[in-house]
Amino acid sequence: MNAAAPRRAVLLGLVALPAGAALAQDAASMQAAIAAIAGGRAVEEGGMALRLPALAENGAQVPLAVTVESPMTAADHVVAIHLFATRNPTPGLASFHLSPALARAEVQTRIRLAEDQQVVAIAVLSDGRVRRAAAETRVATGGCLG
Amino acid sequence: MSGTPLAQPRIRIPRQARAGEVIEIRTLIEHPMESGIRGRVPDAVPRDMLAWMTVRMNGGTVFAADLGNGTAANPYHVLFVRIERTSEFEFTWFDERGRTARATARVTVT
Repeated sequence: MNAAAPRRAVLLGLVALPAGAALAQDAASMQAAIAAIAGGRAVEEGGMALRLPALAENGAQVPLAVTVESPMTAADHVVAIHLFATRNPTPGLASFHLSPALARAEVQTRIRLAEDQQVVAIAVLSDGRVRRAAAETRVATGGCLG
Repeated sequence: MSGTPLAQPRIRIPRQARAGEVIEIRTLIEHPMESGIRGRVPDAVPRDMLAWMTVRMNGGTVFAADLGNGTAANPYHVLFVRIERTSEFEFTWFDERGRTARATARVTVT
């Protein structure tokens, strides 16, 4: 991938990381985590929005908002939203677990991004459907290492 | 179970609401969220991370978050909750060393 990759592998091997399955630690495990979330179902594009700044001046604090179109009723709501940064040293950003007591399936937070990259959000609905949204962000100053 | 206590979280939530109103809740807790992967050698800066947060309304969990390495320092979350009756909120953060931080709030339906 690049010159830093072997060093990253060494670092990741040495750092003990407690994690849920969705808190992926590298690109391969990110793909595996997304596949595990989908559980064999088709991943639908659309029905949700992922908002990030086009250019993040400071990669250590990047505002993120994710919204899924959902009535948020007991019968039809969003169960979980998983966030991945495709080119961070450890792609798993966070996983949110939602209940229908939320008025809307929207979460805002702030994330770290190491470099220019695509951020991916995966939403799991109460009927088992899985949706995906992605956003590209340029990062002026990396927020992970250094 | 080591080190200093976690910082007191800051919660922004309306004190009053009308029945059926959607309120915005903002939470922030000061925390370095140190991933332990910075620096030239592993653990040059020791790992110090929050692992999990929960928001409970009247005893039931309405939101929970697994916080990974990519969650920025001083974790900040915004949620939207529909208020039907006077409600008690409890916010809890758990770090990887077993420490917790907690805050409560009441929203009174007028």
